This record gives sequence, C-alpha cells and structure tokens, in this order.
Amino acid sequence: MPVSTVNSRLVFDALKANGVRLMSALPETWLVHLIRLADDDPDVTLVRLAKEEEGVGISMGAHFAGVKSAMLMQNHGFLAAINGIVSGAQLYRIPLLMLISDRGTFGERDPWQTEGGAVTEAVLAALRIPTMRLDDPAKVAHRVQQALTLAYSSNKPVALLLTRDLMWEEA
Amino acid sequence: MTRLEALRAVYDRLGEGAVVTIMGAVAAELQSIGHRPNFFYLQHAMGLASSVGLGIALSKPSLPVVVFDGDGSLLMNLGGLSTLARYRPANLVHVVFDNESLLSVGGFPTATGTCTRLAEVAAAAGVPRTACATTIDEFVREFSAAQQARELTTLVAKVDAIGPAAFVTDLGLLENRFQFQRYLQGR
Repeated sequence: MPVSTVNSRLVFDALKANGVRLMSALPETWLVHLIRLADDDPDVTLVRLAKEEEGVGISMGAHFAGVKSAMLMQNHGFLAAINGIVSGAQLYRIPLLMLISDRGTFGERDPWQTEGGAVTEAVLAALRIPTMRLDDPAKVAHRVQQALTLAYSSNKPVALLLTRDLMWEEA
Repeated sequence: MTRLEALRAVYDRLGEGAVVTIMGAVAAELQSIGHRPNFFYLQHAMGLASSVGLGIALSKPSLPVVVFDGDGSLLMNLGGLSTLARYRPANLVHVVFDNESLLSVGGFPTATGTCTRLAEVAAAAGVPRTACATTIDEFVREFSAAQQARELTTLVAKVDAIGPAAFVTDLGLLENRFQFQRYLQGR
C-alpha cells in the first residue's frame, strides 16, 4: 500500500510535539499508518470511533479536562460530523483540530470518493473553519503548530487537509 | 416516576466530579433544582453528551463522571454507545432517562415505547453493568450502586413524558462552558 509511512510519521510527530495526547479516528486508507502510530504510542490515547461525529464530543470532553486532542478522519467523515462541529464545537467555542484526508481530488482512482473531494473545501469555507493543506513535508511541523495556535487563540475548530501529494507515494 | 423526582433524589450525590446532561428538559430541570459549577449542559449537538462524558472520563480517570442522557439522544448515537463500551471508563455512570418520546421537541414517540429496550442494547453493546429502574427507590438504589461499582454502568430510568414549561434558563451557554472547564482544571 503506497501510503507514505515517512510523511505519516511527520504528521504524527508534529501532533505529539505540540502536546496532542488524545486522538480519535475512523480508519481510511490514507490514515492507516497515522492510526497505528497513535495506537502504538503509550503517551497517546487512541479512541476508535463508530462514527466521526462522536469524536467532536470526545474532543469537547478532553478539552474541558485539559487534554489536547485531534480528530483523524476522511473528508466523508468530516461531512458526517458537521452537526456536532456546528452545534458542539462551534456553539461551545472548542479548539478542535481536525485532520481530514482529502480524498476525491485530482489523481483519485476510486469512483466512490469523487463527490466528497469536490465539496470538502467549499463546506469548510461555508462553516468558516480556517483550513490549510498539508502537501509539503517540509512544512508539516510548522503548519500543525500554527493550526493548534489558532485553534487555541480563537477557541474554534480548525482543519488541516491531508493531501494526495503528502500521503500517497504512487505516481 | 418523573425525571424531576429522580434528579432531586440523587442531587446530593452530584457534588463531586463532572456532570454532563443533554439538552432540553433534563438541563432545565437540573438547573431548577440548583446549578453547580461541575454541571455542564450540552444544549445542542444531540446525541453527543455520552461522547463528551467519555472524553472527560478518559482524560481524567480518577474523576467521577455522570452523564444524564435521554432515549432520543442515545438512539441518535448508538454507535457512541459501542465506543463507550469499548473503552468502558470505570469512572463513568451513564444514566438514560427514557420517557419514550422526544419530549423537548414536541413529544414525537421514540422506538423505546414500542420495541427497543435500551438497557439490553447497552448490555449487548458491551457495557459491563446495566440496570433498569421504574420507581424512585429502584433508581436511587441503582444509581448509588453504579457510583460505588467502579465499573462503567448504563442505568435506564423509565420516566413520565412530562417536563418543564420552558427550556431556556438565564445561564448562558458559554458562561456554563467556561465555568465547567475551570472547575475541571482544579480537579
């Protein structure tokens, strides 16, 4: 499976270096290494979800209890979590870091992913969620740090899009 | 049994630890008995109160956490019940007030009135302790036992489908949220 282990490790290390200690996740191809890294790390609590919206509630509780968290999900998981994001994280001003694998964009071979890729950024913009793309390995650590800084200064959700350029090594 | 009677009966046992409620009648009735800084009312994000409780319980394993859920909310997040069971935090007591309706949004009947038995659903999901109460005495007994059990418990309390006349209180959502966070920071 040509998911980048090196860049998955970069993302995971950046999350950990910035104090993230709880990660909630639902598996998807691009996230397999990230989830395994979280599972193997004794300093990180991994919560495997049944549906992504639960992760918003778990991150709210973790934040109240003083634990930094992140959600790992596919863009379709983000779409499934929207009510929780709006009426939980936004209504209650929660610094929620979402790492969203941006499937269905240029280069996508799975026909079933293609609708989600076309709407993800527009939906994030409609929700006024500050978003940056992680596409350059050299900028991963800096962008993760900056995303968390804004999440905590604004007390609001922020999103980092995990892109094909970063996560997928097949030409 | 009414939900208000049930809340009154265990109110004195809610002084320590975190208490998370769902929206609507549960939040308004608990506030009518008396708000405390360790109470958080999730006034929207229907279904996620149990997930918020799980996030707190996993982050502070020595802090007792009580979630007051409802049948409509739990049915909206049954997947979350399986997640709760999977991580089974020993410091969490999960109470479900089952009035067999979506009372706060007009009384629409839920499936618990006809066929779905939530205590059995919780047990089948893997929650290690489950109980069902239909009287105040049963509820107080089971709630006390759950608090002492040090094992994740889902306690389903069958209550009448009646609630307060109004749901909006003078406690601001963000005031409640930041006060609750500060309370937890000291624990």
